[in-house]
Amino acid sequence: MSPRVAKALINGLLIGGAAIAIAPLLYMVSVSFMPQGQASSLPPPVLPTHATLDNYRQLFMNAGMGRYLFNSLLISTCITVISLAFNLMAGYAFAKLEFKGRQRIFQVLLGALVIPAQVAMLPLFLLLKYMGLVNTYGAVIVPALATIFGIFLVRQYASGIPNDLMEAARIDGAGEFRIFATIVMPLLKPIMVTLAIFTFLAAWNDFMWPLIALTGQEHYTLPIALASLSREHVQDSELMMAGSVVTILPVLVLFLALQRYYLEGLLIGSVKG
Amino acid sequence: MTTSRAAWWFITPALIVLGVFFLLPVVAALVLSLTDYDLYALADIRNLRFVALENYWALLQRPLFWSALGHTVYFVVVGVPLSMAASLGAAMLLNSPLARFKAFFRTALFAPVVTTVVAVAVIWRYLFNTKYGLVNYAFDSLGIPTVDWLGDPHWAMPTIILFAVWKNFGYNMIIFMAGLQAIPGDLYEAARIDGASAMAQFRHITLPMLKPTMVMVSILTVSGYFQLFAEPYVMTEGGPLQSTTSVLYLMYEEGFKWWNLGSASAVAFILFVIMFVVTAAILRLSKQGAPA
Repeated sequence: MSPRVAKALINGLLIGGAAIAIAPLLYMVSVSFMPQGQASSLPPPVLPTHATLDNYRQLFMNAGMGRYLFNSLLISTCITVISLAFNLMAGYAFAKLEFKGRQRIFQVLLGALVIPAQVAMLPLFLLLKYMGLVNTYGAVIVPALATIFGIFLVRQYASGIPNDLMEAARIDGAGEFRIFATIVMPLLKPIMVTLAIFTFLAAWNDFMWPLIALTGQEHYTLPIALASLSREHVQDSELMMAGSVVTILPVLVLFLALQRYYLEGLLIGSVKG
Repeated sequence: MTTSRAAWWFITPALIVLGVFFLLPVVAALVLSLTDYDLYALADIRNLRFVALENYWALLQRPLFWSALGHTVYFVVVGVPLSMAASLGAAMLLNSPLARFKAFFRTALFAPVVTTVVAVAVIWRYLFNTKYGLVNYAFDSLGIPTVDWLGDPHWAMPTIILFAVWKNFGYNMIIFMAGLQAIPGDLYEAARIDGASAMAQFRHITLPMLKPTMVMVSILTVSGYFQLFAEPYVMTEGGPLQSTTSVLYLMYEEGFKWWNLGSASAVAFILFVIMFVVTAAILRLSKQGAPA
């Protein structure tokens, strides 16, 4: 095969693949602006006859989308901020601080990575029920406040910090918390960004646990609300597409803005062998 | 304060969260699966009885459990290879020196990964709508017989597999790209000088050199695909004729619709054991094969 043909073939396949990957998302945006009923006509329209914001208006005015958006933002932000603090501290300690049982505890955590989260869900529901947390924001936030993956990610990264930095500060009489705040944290900034987007995206997109733990509409996150709406409004494709746009857009924008950090984290996180 | 004392302060918050809200429930799940915890026990804990392995026995005799397991295995066995092939193909295209606009293509191909499953499942449900969907319209225009994608028990699972491949292939694509970049260029150089074809280079250089990456990716993907839940929940509600009811879907219904928490825990544990065995088998097989 001549290089010219090969080049055309490779780039052609890439264009085709990229089209398949993003066409459904573009189509979603287009249908979300269609007037009601247009999506259920033949032939299937590709663009709205006249673009309208009616679907968005209906979602926010009548379907409580504003509330769900607020819930999703609140829950995802709380989880991201607090779990970031917990995972950073723990990951740093496992990497750099000597204490009895360090290896043993870390081994247990790594071993627990093979257990799928769903195994814990049934007793977790009962536990939270006895704690009075079912159907509160806490039911989704609290169990997500630390992750083994996050601790592992930070530990990998923090292992690269030279010990001399901490030793010098210790000789100068700085306490461990001071050292962490003034010396370690600035060095961990890249992994903080990475872990923050990972956590935020995971919290935003999470489905099964919020579906179980949030029993009342007033606490629904966007995915739960969308799933429930889509069961009620099976025929209202335009409305559902607008709901999908509202759900996907925030995370997609976040990813596009910070994708370098996200992709790096993906690689550190999976090369654990 | 000594360093080790401080260290405990650093790890305690995370350990409390993981201990109380993950490890403790996992142990409790094992206990729960040996009881008849149901709606009556939920109302009054005194109704709880220890039933040993009865839940497990009962499950093994239920056709619905076996069909749910069958559907999940179908999803894994067809979905994982397809997904990995798509990932590897895309990674090799992006890695080619002839490819242009790499950053753009990488972002576009990766975009479905960060989207919300529920939201994109809603899109696919519309695209694959029997009457108004674009897919059937395209089929019809090309003279291909249309398919009742999500309404036909034979087609619902393939449609969900297609959806899952589209949604997930970008993740492994990134990992494969890193793996491909780690292969020394000299190897290909030498092969070209020896006159090896592109296919021979792929078989004798790319695949063997990628083996460690392959093993890791297949373990991650198999574990992920065994946890099939949101897709059938949104696209088919486990139907038609329960043809897309997965093991986790069964666990969800058993536990949170019928409140048979004991039996649902047994479902969760069986799934866990199966995942563990399959993962171990992949690791073992990968060690038995020719040394990489």
